[in-house]
Amino acid sequence: MKRRTLLTSAALALALGTTAFAQDEEITAGFIYIGPPGDGGWTYEHDQARQKMEAHFDGKVKTIYQENVPESADAERAITQMALTGADIIFTTSFGYMDPTIAVAQKFPDVKFEHATGYKRADNVSTYSARFYEGRAVQGHIAGKMTKTNKIGYIASVPIPEVIRGINSAYIHAKKVNPDVEFSVIWLYTWFDPAKEADAARALIENGADVVLQHTDSTAPQAAAQEAGNVITFGQASDMAEYKPLPRVSSIIDDWAPYYIARTQAVLDGTWESTDTWDGIGAGMVGIGEITDAVPEDVKAEALALKEALASGEYHAFTGPLKKQDGSDWLAEGEVADDGTLAGMDFYVEGLTAEIPN
Amino acid sequence: MVLSPVIAVFLTMIVGGMMFAILGKPPLEAIKVIFWDPLFNDQFASYSRPQLLVKAGPLILIAIGLSIGFKAGIWNIGAEGQYIMGAICGAGAGLALYPSESFLIFPAMALAGGLGGWAWAMVPAVLKTRFGTNEILVSLMLTYVAQSILISVSSGLLRNPEGMGFPGSRNFKQWDAAFNAELIANTGLHWGVVAALIAVIGAYMLMSRHIMGFNIRLTGEAPRAARFAGVKPARVVFFCLGIAGLLAGAAGLFEVSGPAGQLTGSFNAGYGFTAIIVAFLGRLHPVGILLAGLLMALTYIGGELAQLMLNLPGAAIQLFQGMMLFFLLAADVFTNFRLRFGKKGVA
Repeated sequence: MKRRTLLTSAALALALGTTAFAQDEEITAGFIYIGPPGDGGWTYEHDQARQKMEAHFDGKVKTIYQENVPESADAERAITQMALTGADIIFTTSFGYMDPTIAVAQKFPDVKFEHATGYKRADNVSTYSARFYEGRAVQGHIAGKMTKTNKIGYIASVPIPEVIRGINSAYIHAKKVNPDVEFSVIWLYTWFDPAKEADAARALIENGADVVLQHTDSTAPQAAAQEAGNVITFGQASDMAEYKPLPRVSSIIDDWAPYYIARTQAVLDGTWESTDTWDGIGAGMVGIGEITDAVPEDVKAEALALKEALASGEYHAFTGPLKKQDGSDWLAEGEVADDGTLAGMDFYVEGLTAEIPN
Repeated sequence: MVLSPVIAVFLTMIVGGMMFAILGKPPLEAIKVIFWDPLFNDQFASYSRPQLLVKAGPLILIAIGLSIGFKAGIWNIGAEGQYIMGAICGAGAGLALYPSESFLIFPAMALAGGLGGWAWAMVPAVLKTRFGTNEILVSLMLTYVAQSILISVSSGLLRNPEGMGFPGSRNFKQWDAAFNAELIANTGLHWGVVAALIAVIGAYMLMSRHIMGFNIRLTGEAPRAARFAGVKPARVVFFCLGIAGLLAGAAGLFEVSGPAGQLTGSFNAGYGFTAIIVAFLGRLHPVGILLAGLLMALTYIGGELAQLMLNLPGAAIQLFQGMMLFFLLAADVFTNFRLRFGKKGVA
């Protein structure tokens, strides 16, 4: 309460010469971004959701954000300053903010924290992520059907379970429809670096890949594929619609708006609790962007059917029989992977040739 | 010479303010948030003031080392690599002894950190003195090698075995013997800051009182005269690169075991490059570097606050920082040269 009043007076002092703050703002929601909102991918979708959330509450919630926050000592300072300037709930939207988020949360027990894609929680820290691997299954299906060279390139970011799951899911479903398919994976160790992403895409294409999948945040690989021609890509995190109908033939879209609205509403209502959310296509957190006409009708129909099956829960993206890369058994016929194994996935499935950096 | 940084900061405020105005933000307010609020705002200055030291500490420590070489005309652009290698060696030395609680662990880590940075800087030194390679290129390229090694060890050799397969070392904040904690609570004063202050004094003594400092300046200003005076160029190269590597390596270790807490592929955040700006902004003078480091830290922290409080885009803040160096260079040009219009030179 004390901090609130302090904040109000500070805000009033600051409002001097600016457009006046809305009078009935009840709470402030803060966002920490790994890239700029203009990245066209991951951060863009978080920022879109922030704006939708702000519009939804129509003046009751003020939002603030800080962009390009490195996953270093700077993250802890950025989050602390956000809490100090009066945020009531703070969304930290990259894996590398995990330890800083926990550290700051200890110092501000009254502020709610939401960390995306991590695994550490506390009384005032929730985690949330999406089952992107469901989208990867649809992507893998289309990729396996569409490739002519049977070589699929994959631009991977940081070797954490989320990324490894995506590679596995895409590979399993590409292999299912095209047994000759081969994946080459390039690790960039960064989430957002357009220059590196473009270089990786070009290297993969020169090596004969005619499908490029990405787990990085910018549209640079799309541009590289467009330049090369005869290569298809998928929008990552965001629709990346400006590359339709080719090279981008479909996309995985993250939709965080309903989650942000629900969580902020919970703070307004005083019902916020620490939770762990992991939603997929069914709950609407993962969307499949329009499949363009560059994809043959029958493939499109199959892909949509797969999407429906994943959404209804009738089919799980990791359904046995599946073996691990070393040939050992993982899932028996008809068995589906449990969330615990998926959350900590640190192995490739059988057939992938490279090794996970380790 | 002393005045030009002041003029540069002043011009940056004016032109930066104009830029903020064009972006539709109140210019005076923005300047106040950047330069005043981190120091004196009631609400959060008690947090951001100490953070100035945390941010400035490594910048000053690295910049001091660099400035000595720059004085001698030895252009070590790879402090970022030496900083990374220092962090890896220091953290590695500590983690090898986990979970010992001996009080010797932290000093051993600091030593290993400094040596790691020193060794990495010796590569361009040896190549330069033996084969005449260009230290600018070699040290810069070694930064990328160091970055790759960092990624490899943080997801392999030094990975936290209890980290559920995620990359990143153990967190030093949870290991008292190895944690570079604040020496006095809520001051931001950790060992890296202390080391930076000692480095400032040491560099001042070296450059103004010691024969080595004289030799370094002589080498930079008149290499031929230096040789006639019996200064061995190779010794100067080894000394300058060595001290820069040592300080950068130590800075890396203090950062990774303190504010960053964890060795990850992205803990470094470009301090080694920013320190080059700090060194020049401080006119390669130890006291100047101390002030420049604090000023740079202020624009970082103030810039972050401006993003939060005024919704200024991050890129505008970077432009603002860039302007400062630009105006400094411009002020220097006009200090050393005079513009003359319309007059043909007379031979």
